[in-house]
Amino acid sequence: MAYGNKVIDHYENPRNVGILDKDAKNIGTGMVGAPACGDVMKLQIEVDDDGIIKDAKFKTYGCGSAIASSSLLTEWVKGKTLDEAKEIKNTDIAKELELPPVKVHCSVLAEDAIKAAIDDFQSKQ
Amino acid sequence: MSELKTPIYLDYSATTPVDPRVAKKMMRYLTPDGVFGNPASRSHSFGWESDNAVTEARANVAALINADPREIVWTSGATESDNLAIKGAAHFNQRRGKHIITMKTEHKAVLDSCRQLEREGYEITYLDPQANGLLDLKAFKAVIRDDTTLASIMHVNNEIGVIQDIKAIGEICRENKIIFHVDAAQSAGKVPIDMDNLKVDLMSFSAHKIYGPKGIGALYVRRKPRIRIEAQMHGGGHERGMRSGTLATHQIVGMGEAFRLAKEEMAKDNERLMTLRTRLLDGFRDMEEVYVNGDLEQRVAGNLNISFNHVEGESLMMSLKDLAVSSGSACTSASLEPSYVLRALGRNDELAHSSLRFTLGRFSTEEEVDHAIKETRKAVEKLRDLSPLWDMYKEGIDLSSIEWAAH
Ligand SMILES: Cc1ncc(COP(=O)(O)O)c(C=O)c1O
Repeated sequence: MAYGNKVIDHYENPRNVGILDKDAKNIGTGMVGAPACGDVMKLQIEVDDDGIIKDAKFKTYGCGSAIASSSLLTEWVKGKTLDEAKEIKNTDIAKELELPPVKVHCSVLAEDAIKAAIDDFQSKQ
Repeated sequence: MSELKTPIYLDYSATTPVDPRVAKKMMRYLTPDGVFGNPASRSHSFGWESDNAVTEARANVAALINADPREIVWTSGATESDNLAIKGAAHFNQRRGKHIITMKTEHKAVLDSCRQLEREGYEITYLDPQANGLLDLKAFKAVIRDDTTLASIMHVNNEIGVIQDIKAIGEICRENKIIFHVDAAQSAGKVPIDMDNLKVDLMSFSAHKIYGPKGIGALYVRRKPRIRIEAQMHGGGHERGMRSGTLATHQIVGMGEAFRLAKEEMAKDNERLMTLRTRLLDGFRDMEEVYVNGDLEQRVAGNLNISFNHVEGESLMMSLKDLAVSSGSACTSASLEPSYVLRALGRNDELAHSSLRFTLGRFSTEEEVDHAIKETRKAVEKLRDLSPLWDMYKEGIDLSSIEWAAH
């Protein structure tokens, strides 16, 4: 599988890899995918009092495109309000990373991950 | 120390380079000043000389497996040999019965030939291997029926390198009057084969797995007792009517020379490969959550198929920029399914997704192996740092206890 330059860049220099305290009230955690399918994404967001995403971290098990999709997503959501973050579409991610059709499911997973993280945060409030 | 050239080729089961000695010989059978005649031309020396070259090559292929040269039928490769053997034997013997036995871990050339026969009204039993990849002989015996005419079991598996006991399977087949086909694409030149000692009726070979050219192979068709098959390619009646088409002299010469060299060098090559493979495996021994796929003892020397748990194979390969290896993970398109061979072993899907296949060969070196170990370890560490599954494993969470949303 030949990868585009943007995927390779994120894969080689993943942004915002790490873990936030999943029990903290201002942290939302989303984990999507399944090991049997070959990809699992864990995305965490830290939300400040104004409802703005201050920080985001990820860990991903999956192919290069899955890692790149989650890495890109953490960059995009920082500084956004929850409503703005919810608006991120998998097609935007796929377009930015120039994912081939067979890898579009990786961007879908990333969209699911941010939605799950926001849901988790909101359920704690 | 010699200069290490990258990328390093560690995919000898996919194909091998042509041995320079083989290529040199092939060149003499192409150009106007070479032996370019049609081996079927009986009326002039151009044809006779080509025919002599084909005869010599046939003898060399037969010699590697201790067969009669008249039992060798040239084909375009093991895919064609598998098709000719399975469809040819099934069709010829259809009045005797329409049941065929094979295994789930066979090469697609065998499985898809069987699928085609299913569409034509044949019944196929696809046996599961044991967890180590080997056929359970009792399970094999248990599915034999009165109308079973053919069994097709590969000698060496292309993914996991395990060696099936074709001697024992052959005995069972002969007792039950079942024609026995063996795909030996991955075993010829790596495992000794003696047709006098084996009750194998049909055997498929390919040149490009043992340092010969691509696009040429052979089917062994036993003469005593005589095995008859229906041709799949019709035309000028070449190869005693079993496979028509002008013989590709230069390819055949290449295959013959490759098989001759294999006979001479197999023992020495295997010893060297075993040392290299042991070195490779030892390089991973102290790592956590590493699993060898398939039996380690009943296995060809050059193959190491290994899973690095909690790391996905395709991303692993992406990190291994200096290494040409293959993975059992298939993170593509509609099929997110990992290797059907690893799944048939009963490996969970995650381990199948985490697998790498290293296959070493005649031109592999110790330095290459050392570099492969270093690169692989570095990549696995990096990806485990990135893996949420690794974190969970480290926290002692049982991954199978979690309800994952399959997607
Ligand atoms: C076990 C086995 N059978 C058949 C084949 C097909 O051989 P060929 O490429 O000569 O058609 C291969 C190689 O891919 C193989 O490994």
